[in-house]
Amino acid sequence: MYVAVKGGEAAIANAHRLLADRRRGDRSLPAVGIDQIVAQLALAVDRVMAEASLYDRTLAALAVRQARGDMIEAIFLLRAYRTTLPRFGYSQPLDTAAMKIERRISATYKDLPGGQLLGPTFDYTHRLLDPNLLADEPVDEPMQRPAEQGRIMRVSEILDQEGLIEGDGVMPVDHEIGDLTREPLEFPMARDLRLQALARGDEGFLLALGYSTQRGYGRTHPFTGEIRIGEVEVEFDVPELGFSVSLGRIQVTECQMVNQFKGSAKAPPQFTRGYGLVFGQSERKAMAMSLVDRALRAEELGEDIVAPAQDEEFVISHSDNVQATGFVEHLKLPHYVDFQAELDLVRRMRRDFEAARDRGMDPMTEAAE
Amino acid sequence: MTELATYNFAYLDEQTKRMIRRAILKAIAIPGYQVPFASREMPMPYGWGTGGVQLTAAIIGPQDVLKVIDQGADDTTNAVSIRAFFQKVANVAVTTRTEEATIIQTRHRIPEAKLGPNQVLVYQVPIPEPLRFLEPRETETRKMHALEEYGLMHVKLYEDIARNGRIATTYAYPVKVAGRYVMDPSPTPKFDNPKMHLSDALQLFGAGREKRIYAVPPYTEVVSLDFEDHPFEVQRFDKPCALCGAEQVYLDEVILDDKGGRMFVCSDTDFCEDRRAHGHAGAMLASNGLASDGLPGGKEAAE
Repeated sequence: MYVAVKGGEAAIANAHRLLADRRRGDRSLPAVGIDQIVAQLALAVDRVMAEASLYDRTLAALAVRQARGDMIEAIFLLRAYRTTLPRFGYSQPLDTAAMKIERRISATYKDLPGGQLLGPTFDYTHRLLDPNLLADEPVDEPMQRPAEQGRIMRVSEILDQEGLIEGDGVMPVDHEIGDLTREPLEFPMARDLRLQALARGDEGFLLALGYSTQRGYGRTHPFTGEIRIGEVEVEFDVPELGFSVSLGRIQVTECQMVNQFKGSAKAPPQFTRGYGLVFGQSERKAMAMSLVDRALRAEELGEDIVAPAQDEEFVISHSDNVQATGFVEHLKLPHYVDFQAELDLVRRMRRDFEAARDRGMDPMTEAAE
Repeated sequence: MTELATYNFAYLDEQTKRMIRRAILKAIAIPGYQVPFASREMPMPYGWGTGGVQLTAAIIGPQDVLKVIDQGADDTTNAVSIRAFFQKVANVAVTTRTEEATIIQTRHRIPEAKLGPNQVLVYQVPIPEPLRFLEPRETETRKMHALEEYGLMHVKLYEDIARNGRIATTYAYPVKVAGRYVMDPSPTPKFDNPKMHLSDALQLFGAGREKRIYAVPPYTEVVSLDFEDHPFEVQRFDKPCALCGAEQVYLDEVILDDKGGRMFVCSDTDFCEDRRAHGHAGAMLASNGLASDGLPGGKEAAE
């Protein structure tokens, strides 16, 4: 009987106990360690950190283990922890030109200052399952190179020397950088908030939207100006001291998409830019983010808004996977009170329909009369 | 890493509570207006009552007595879960008895018993915008509210009548609050709409995912939208509650077997149980002695 699912606290407790059992799995096998997850499932950990907006590999790995590998559940766990943390202040903007680069590629120049560095990439691997990985075969030590010194100029700076690309842009003097975790979203939003939303947006959702722009739904003629992955220093602004202090280094992936632009009433012909920045190593997310960022600048650049990826309210309202999964999955909560109301209505309407039909009238026209 | 976090009383930090209380005060000052607030990530999913939980967390004190219902019942899983959450993070007294509660958090129902001036009813709201399914854009609907431009809603209700002979909205039936804002009462059945009108209790509405809070202060006019020739009417049930014999209450349909057998019982489990404790008995209770086997309002709910 349905009322049986009106479970008490005992049922919930038992369900969670069973969940804990399934999470642990076969007790004769050693439990997977947090340090193993950090080291060997590093990209899963990176995604959880990025979409949870919390840079902490240990906690992200804990979340992955606790969520049994369900990425959105892990992101949710880490977000719910993050939101309880006190806010001491804000960091200075990251200087990604000063990045300690592990990977850096440009698709727009054959060679450029700082060079092309493939780094640890899946690109050009043949996707053949590796039987050696079934066992724990030894792995060669990687080749090392001396770290570069100083800044590595960005592709946007090269193009900017000729004035062919738009600048970094400036916000009005009185513009304070928003914080979407502390203020409710309002549309239309400035680009700073939009980029924050995209940075924690669902990788799959942004990937699909970015892909849609390539297939003609809001085309942006993109070139990968540059992708760089590496470590940057985070400087924390301390107003009381009058200077900033270093908090340490974090790994980020930055993508600058260069987009052809014919010019409009609002802007001259020049290359425009889409920007992506993601915690950890996630090129796919950073590239998708930069495609969507550029598409969402349609209004600013005077382009026609014709496609989903250009529609700010549509994209930003639906990019958060923790929100999306909660609302989709809430459909499994009981709705029988509302359903009862609908049952009652459908029964009445069917009675009316059948009565009209029995009288030989067209039931649908009678309703209108 | 033994201690990840120590949580404040009622989970939220005091800064966040202050932010939410400000939004509540604004909502009370402008009845029916949806106040944007910086909704936090909560340790339960969006869509599962995070708005209501944030409101309750912001107003609850150690002296409060909390009741949580879902579909009118205290023993539905999510109500159990939310009640347990506040027991854990605020260590407050909880109850299933409507009259004992100072705060009642609800999803989809308003209790049958009349609420008093010392009670607050906190609604969990999925989609706070009554115009959302007519106009998906927030930028547009905010303008429509600002201009009191509610013609679209009346056209929708009119089209219902034209197509179906009656208004085909059975829950989340739109109301006008204090003669100004059209408001979504949350997905309560329209049966409950009249209870919102001139209520002695403060009514607070929280939508966590959509980041909105709104309110109906006590003794405020709440009028369900209708037409002179198609006045608003609530659902009526043919039979009384099979367990307690109550009439003029909202009933759940319970399927008894695979041969079409069914009974109708109170959706408000506390109300039903209270009536039975006072000697009222419905048809099924008298014949089958179903009082304590986990049916709605059965023994389990009381524990």
